Amino acid sequence: MNLLNVRNLHASYGAIEVLHGVHVEVAKGGATAVLGANGAGKTTLLRAICGQISRRGTVELEGEPIDKLDTADIARRGVAHVPQGRGTFSTLTAEENLRLGAHTRRRSGKLEQDFALVYEYFPRLYERRAQQAGTLSGGEQQMLAIGRALMLEPKLLVLDEPSFGLAPRIVQEIFGIMRKINREQHVSVLVVEQNANLALDFADRVCVLETGVVVTEGTPEDMRKNEDIQRAYLGY
Amino acid sequence: MEQLIHQIAAGLATGGVYASLALALVMIYQATHHVNFAQGELAMCSTYLAWSLINHGVPYWITFIVTVALSFVAGMAIERVVIRRVEKASVLTVVIVFIGMQFILNSVAGWIFGYTIQTFPSPFPEEPPFGNPYINSHELGIVVVTFLMVGVLAAFFRFTPVGLALRGAAANSESAALCGIRVGSMLALGWGLAAAIGAVAGMLIAPVVYLDPNMMAGVLMYAFAAALLGGIDSPVGAVVGGFSLGVLENLAGAYIIGTELKLTVALVTIVTVLVVRPSGLFGKVLVTRV
Repeated sequence: MNLLNVRNLHASYGAIEVLHGVHVEVAKGGATAVLGANGAGKTTLLRAICGQISRRGTVELEGEPIDKLDTADIARRGVAHVPQGRGTFSTLTAEENLRLGAHTRRRSGKLEQDFALVYEYFPRLYERRAQQAGTLSGGEQQMLAIGRALMLEPKLLVLDEPSFGLAPRIVQEIFGIMRKINREQHVSVLVVEQNANLALDFADRVCVLETGVVVTEGTPEDMRKNEDIQRAYLGY
Repeated sequence: MEQLIHQIAAGLATGGVYASLALALVMIYQATHHVNFAQGELAMCSTYLAWSLINHGVPYWITFIVTVALSFVAGMAIERVVIRRVEKASVLTVVIVFIGMQFILNSVAGWIFGYTIQTFPSPFPEEPPFGNPYINSHELGIVVVTFLMVGVLAAFFRFTPVGLALRGAAANSESAALCGIRVGSMLALGWGLAAAIGAVAGMLIAPVVYLDPNMMAGVLMYAFAAALLGGIDSPVGAVVGGFSLGVLENLAGAYIIGTELKLTVALVTIVTVLVVRPSGLFGKVLVTRV
């Protein structure tokens, strides 16, 4: 059974429709990557799933419809979205950012464990926990955003271009942690990524978005064999 | 010398009221980036409510608590009923709504209570504290109550999850929603808090300026100046700005320009800050990349 089912999703900014009936699935414990050129509607897809723009169609989490809920309630169902630009609370400290991530949870032993886990994944955040988050480097802010999302105790982690603007070494580190979160913590992941090779290595399912519709989908192996994909996204 | 100390003490007292009202302005500005022009009239209405309760024989401190609580509820209600409808409207629309609210509240208060100036009791004793010649009990009371209130607020924002959520919603409403924070409720809470702070400011200043529907006009001007001086997005700045302006106003009134021109101090401060240092003493300098 899939954790997330998106069927026939339409989304628009004002009068302009950007998604024209998109289908996406994330398996329970799985990782789905969305590829696509600039302007294909990748970010819009994530924003529509999380109720940040007006949308129409079906979005189901564990079989329950969430397409009529507002953003806060979708988060409360266990969807943690790391937005484009990382969504840092820049005037607050790094630790306060993490505490906000855990806003919906009760104070408990598990909460303390999750704090420890985030600091174990990202030791640099622990060093900088009292620092104003806006003064962190881009990579650190991305780590903080992922840490904040983890503090929600999510079922589904939604990531919008986690590699954006970061040095390759940092990107490797972050994807390594994402893999751990997916494999060890059994958190399902939906990730939008421009770096196709990275996405294919990480995901177990890939779909390609072009001007608001899914044009191809399948396993990473299918994608690597597909000549159109090779030419357009893998640089062969 | 004695005269000077007395002027400074009295300045600190009115400064406490400016600080409170400036704090209320900053609270709403931080969350919505709008300056609430109706903040003074809200405080005035709260003060009239307190006055009615006292006239009906309710003891002062019970009145105080009830007024603060009811003002809090009224502030939340105004956000829910009025402000939410213009949330996404242009700045100019919102300003018009605020000014409209200011006039409506002012007229309604005049209609119900009349424009006759009323006295408002002070909860503090008549005789000066510890027999000192410099500061009377009400002035000292204002300073103490202001500091208590600022302390409670600071603790609320720093140490409670709801306070943190409020700061989060103010800092980045989109991310706050993604963390499961109901941003709308946070805005309503912010309005409630601002109205409650305003109520305290109104009840503290009413024994000094007396009670009438226009009592807050001058006070609000000083509160604007204080908020701007401290930096419109800085709560610490609002408090520092309020106290400095109170002292400045009193000293200028006593030694330089005389009491008739006191309000000029507020206006000159506003213009000077906007020209010389628009971000104020403690405010963030806004840098926009293009």
